[in-house]
This record gives sequence, C-alpha cells and structure tokens, in this order.
Amino acid sequence: MPSILAVDDSASMRQMIAHTLKGAGHDVTEACDGEDALGKAKSKQFDLVVTDINMPKMDGITLIKELRALANYKGTPILTLTTEASADKKQEGKAAGATGWIIKPFDPDTLLSTIGKVIR
Amino acid sequence: MAIDITQFLQTFYEESFEGLEIMETGLLSLDSGNAESEVINDIFRAAHSIKGGSGTFGLNAVANFTHILESLLDEMRDGRRQVTKEGVNLLLESVDCLREMLTASKEGAELDTQRIGDVHGRLEAMWGKSEAAAVVADNGNASNASTEQDAVDGWTIKFSPFSYILKTGNEPARMFKELRGLGKLSVSVITDKVPDFSELDPDECFLGWTLMLEGEIERSAIEEVFSWIEEDCDLEITPVVSNSQSIEQVPDNAPASSAGAAATPRAGASGGSESASIRVGIDKVDSVINLVGELVITQSMLSTTGEAYPLLKAGLAQLERNTRELQEQVMRMRMLPVSFVFNRFPRLVHDISQKLDKKIELKMSGEQTELDKTVIEKVTDPLVHLIRNSLDHGIEMPADRVAAGKPETGTVWLNAYHKGGNIIIEVKDDGKGIDKAVILEKAIERGLVDPGVTLDDDQILNMVFQPGFSTAKEVSDLSGRGVGMDVVRRNIVSLGGHVEISSVKGEGSTITVRLPLTLAILDGQTVEVGEENYIVPIVSIVESTQIKSEMLNYVAGKGETFMLRDEYLPVIRLYELFNSKPKHTDLTKGLLVVVEGEGKKIGLFVDDLLGQQQVVIKSLETNYKKVDGISGATILGNGSVALILDVPGLVRLSQQNSKNRLKLSA
Repeated sequence: MPSILAVDDSASMRQMIAHTLKGAGHDVTEACDGEDALGKAKSKQFDLVVTDINMPKMDGITLIKELRALANYKGTPILTLTTEASADKKQEGKAAGATGWIIKPFDPDTLLSTIGKVIR
Repeated sequence: MAIDITQFLQTFYEESFEGLEIMETGLLSLDSGNAESEVINDIFRAAHSIKGGSGTFGLNAVANFTHILESLLDEMRDGRRQVTKEGVNLLLESVDCLREMLTASKEGAELDTQRIGDVHGRLEAMWGKSEAAAVVADNGNASNASTEQDAVDGWTIKFSPFSYILKTGNEPARMFKELRGLGKLSVSVITDKVPDFSELDPDECFLGWTLMLEGEIERSAIEEVFSWIEEDCDLEITPVVSNSQSIEQVPDNAPASSAGAAATPRAGASGGSESASIRVGIDKVDSVINLVGELVITQSMLSTTGEAYPLLKAGLAQLERNTRELQEQVMRMRMLPVSFVFNRFPRLVHDISQKLDKKIELKMSGEQTELDKTVIEKVTDPLVHLIRNSLDHGIEMPADRVAAGKPETGTVWLNAYHKGGNIIIEVKDDGKGIDKAVILEKAIERGLVDPGVTLDDDQILNMVFQPGFSTAKEVSDLSGRGVGMDVVRRNIVSLGGHVEISSVKGEGSTITVRLPLTLAILDGQTVEVGEENYIVPIVSIVESTQIKSEMLNYVAGKGETFMLRDEYLPVIRLYELFNSKPKHTDLTKGLLVVVEGEGKKIGLFVDDLLGQQQVVIKSLETNYKKVDGISGATILGNGSVALILDVPGLVRLSQQNSKNRLKLSA
C-alpha cells in the first residue's frame, strides 16, 4: 500500500485529501506545516509527498528543499498544491525539486488521477 | 470515485472564521502603522487558505471575492502596493463581508448582496479593472497554448529530459506508462549522451527517447503528460499520418534510476496523526465533567469509611489525589483563553474611535489567561459595555487632551490576570475620570442617598452601579459614566463575580472585574441550621460574628437589624426562611454570617459554622425548579444534599420583606 504524506495548514483541506486518498486505498499521514512534515518524513519513508506552498513555520518550498537534501527523498515524487495557477509559483516549486503540481481548487477525482500519475 | 465533500464543510467554516480573525487582527495592527512583512504575510496566508478551501468546497462567490482580496494583499506583501489607511479600512470591510457570506452559507441565511457587491466593486476599483480581469482569466488552464485539432493517426515524440530530471521525482518510465494509456506505444532509446562508466552519475539521466504513439489522440492529451516537465526537457511532438516501424517495447523498470523504491522504510512514525488539538462538542465535555463530579462525591463518601483498615485507607488517599487531579484536568477542558473575547476589541476600538474622531490606543495584556467557556461568553457583553464607556465618555477629544497637558492619543488598557483563585479583568483608561461631586449630587437628587450622610470616595464612585442611578441620559453627559452600569454589575454578579470602580478626576478610571475560574465548582462555607447544612459562597462572605443583645435593634419597617460598626444590617433567620427546626432561636446564641450582595450587606443567622470546601454545583433549576434564595445544590461527603445559598437573591428577599413590613405597619 503506497504511503502518502499530506501537508496543508488548512484542516479541512487536509481532511479532504486524506479521506479521498484513504478511500482509494492509500496509507495517509497528515502534517499541518513544513516543520511537522519534515519531522514525519524523517521518521518514516513515504512514497509520495503532497504539500501546500503557503504555510506557517515552514513553507512548502523550504520543505521540498529540505526533503531533497535527505538521501532517501532524492527521487520521491513531491507534488505541490497551489492556488496560484500563475507560472512563477509552479516554477518556484519545480526549482526547489517538486515533481509537479495540483492546482486548487480540485475535486477528489482530479486529485486521484493526478496522484495516479506518480504513484506505482 | 464519489466523495461527499460536504462532510468537511464544518471544519472549513471553523478554520475560515479563525482565518478571518487572523486577518482582522493583522489588519488592525497594520492600521497602527505596523507594516511588517510577517504581518502582511499572515493576512495573505489566511485569505489564501479561505480562497483555496472555498473553491474546493464549491463556495464560488466566496472564492471570487477572496481572489481579489488576495491579489491586493499579494501586492502589499511584495511592496508593490502601499499600505494606506483607506486600503486597510476597505480590507476590514471585506473581512466583514466574507464573514457574512460564510455565515449565510453555513446557516442558509439571507445575505445582503448589495453591500457585498458594493465592497467587491470598490476592491476591483482599487485593484484596477483590467488587471483584475487578467488574473481571473489566469485561473483557467495554464498550459493551453495549443489549439491544434487536427485528426491524426499518431504522433512521434522526441523526448530528451535534462540530466537532473530524476532529482525532481519525475520518472520517464512513468510518463511512458501514461502515454501507453492513450494509445499503442513503441519506444526507442537514444544513448548518444551516455558518458564513460567512470563519469556516470547514477542520479542523473543521460538517455533520450523517440516514442511512437498510435491512435487518434489530441495533442493536448500528450502535452498534459509532459506538463510538469515541459521546461526540463527537449520535447518535439509531431503528427504522423502513416504507421512507421516499432522498435522496442516499453521497459518495465525505470531506466538509469537509482532513487525511489530502493530506500528501506524505517520504523517509528505513528502515522495518521495530525495537529495537536481536536474539536469536541461542549455537551461531551460537560457530561464528562458531570461524571467526574459524581466520582468526587463517591470518593469523599468512601473516604470516611476506611479509617479502620490501613491498606484501604492508603488506597483511598491515593484515590482522593487522583480524583482531584482528574477533576482539575477535566475542568481545564472547558477553559478558553480570554483572547476569545479580547480579540474583538481592537476592531471595536478602531471603529468607535474613528466615529468619535478621537485618537485611542488599546493595550492588552494577559490574553492567554484561561477562563471557563460559559463565563467567557457571558462576560463579553459587560466588557463591551465597559470599553464603550471608556471610549465614549472616558477618553477626551484630542484637543482637550492636549489642553490638559496629556498626550493627544488616549490609551485604554485591558488586562487579565489570576489573583487568588479568581480571574481579574481590568478596563483602565487615561481619560478625564469621574467627578465625584457630580455623582454625589445626582445620587442625592435621585433619592439614593440622604443629604446629610457622609460617604467615602469608594462609596460615592460605586453609586454608578445603583439601578436607579443610570436611567437618565444627562448623567452620562455630566459624569461620563453610568449608562447601564447596573446591568453590567448584575451580569457579572450572576456569574459569581464582582465589579469595582476607582477613578481620579483628570487622570482616568479603572474598572476591575473579578470572576470565578469556573461555574461548575464553588468555594463554599458549610453552615449548620438545625439538621440541615447550607453552603454559603465564600466570595460573598464579609465576616462571621457572634452578637450581643445590645447590638440588636428592631426598626419599624425594617424588621430585625443589628449594628455592626456604625451600620445597621438586616438579619435573615435562615431557619424561618427554609422552615427547619433550629438549635437556637435566640440571636445571641448562634452566629451571624455577614454577607454582601448587590452592594448591600445582610446578616444570616445560623447555628454553627462547619468546614470550608470546594463543592460541585448541581443546578436546581434543571433538576427541580427555581427556588428563591437558592442558587443550586451539592452533595456532601457524607452523601447528604446541601443547598447553596444565592446571596444576591437573599438580599433582594430581605428588601422585599422590609417593604412588606412597611406596608403592614403603615
């Protein structure tokens, strides 16, 4: 069962992502900001990280950079959740090492099909 | 897969209202000249989350409204837009609109669409219409460059990712699988760039591919597969009409990939956990509190039975400690920081001071002091009232302040702190203070004080809490205080609290509100009347005294009174009130407990004083009915029930009694 780390400071967004992914048979762990996520990623190897960009404490961009600096997250798919459809945010994520992005707002089906692209 | 997203709406509303509060607090601190980027960032982040959530949960009106708000904030954050007073005011209005929209959506209520349209229009005007339109359009699909609609038999895709591609977690093999989902795929590999083995970095990708995809497929579908990496590779997509030869099947394993599944999962991580708090209905908390209350009673019943058995006694002592701790912890679950009330005041002060053309700064401290949820809810209105009074009547106009040699900007302090098992909330201002002479004059005029009586300063100031004092408007104009202060005091007293005022003319006033930490537990003095025990709240006890016959007096129309240091206080014989058989009927044999309520003192005649203890309050009203002079009941250690006396109620009863007597004697 693929394990996914879902990172968002908004509880409703987290719940929705977690519920959707769990419903599809994934093992989901939630984190409420970059710091929380980094701690969890260090103590468990996830197959995929889905993260919001704009978060308190540690934002998504910093989280991606930190994760990519870890030996066991060098090639792990990391998707950003972003309301900014504008190119600069996506590119900022890419430059930090993100695999791709999911544009908010999204519905559960879009989330699942996008995640299906990167998870075995 | 169908998922009902409405189940997350409740959480969305809760966090959105919290977000709006963050925005409001942030905007208000910007207002006072604090343009720190961290503050703007917090505001932006809150708006951003609301926008993201409202879009996802189908509240498109909210999403649209927040979008423009977010755009403005984004510019402020980047320093592209100046933070102006008008801007902040408009943003504050927008926060109000959003709150209304969310409330309306949550409760299915009516919405003032005209006002929201108006604010939206002003936001757009501020943003500049053309830009707004551009950003809205940008919300759509970003990678929509291709409009090619030609029907083709297939496509040739030449794909050469840059060497770092694997480090972003993008695997070519994965994309090939996706392409295979679109049509029949054949792949040939280009190995030109692969270096000598000694120079080969296993983390990098040196391969390129030529892919043949057969079928009637739209170009956009192929572009979608490569959308994440279009800038990280050389990609050529050309249509083909006739089939060409296929060379190699898609490899099952990723080429030149060392990352990914190779790493071994480490143990640990409890998984699935989230933030550090959960939301629980207050009814659940209350039922736990209730059960713990029962447990405390059972424990104290048991504690008297273990004397003869040392082991049992030790166990019971342990049980007592544990129950006490359990009770304390459970009580804490009902506690909220007073910031829940305080948070609304910066806005209140901002709005009112603008309306009054005064310059006022609000300084708060102790926002993290915790208080019972019910107390917090009930103390809100009285506090609003006190602050309004300070702003309206306390702080002077800027010109008057300067003339009086004070700084132009007035200050209102709102402080909360613990003191002796109580919470103190102070509302203090450096305004013009209260003129005691005017108060005294008014009080005499209203017949609240006899002209000849001399009162000390405290007594004069506390006249403003008298019910008869504050009815006329002119009082507030003259004195600066008084409108509805009796209501404020009544509300605070009904919470088991106490309110005091002190003031120095020309320097300002301080109103001190003392509140119990909780409504569920009370520090009580057990008193004995015949066979019965009653609980007197310790907070209302002034003193207990044994009286001599020469102190007693019977005043026509006032009933029994006794003299305590120059004051004549009425006596209430509790056994008469509650129809019980007392040990003593002679006032000089028993004890008088002097209590204070509604600013008046009375003496309660009891047989004896027993212990002091914390008691768990059981409502009489919900379990039986309201009884005059009784505020509730509790169960004592021996299992018997004791009634808790309602001191303000008893004071009212004694006043009624004396009026009745007056009628009789007249």
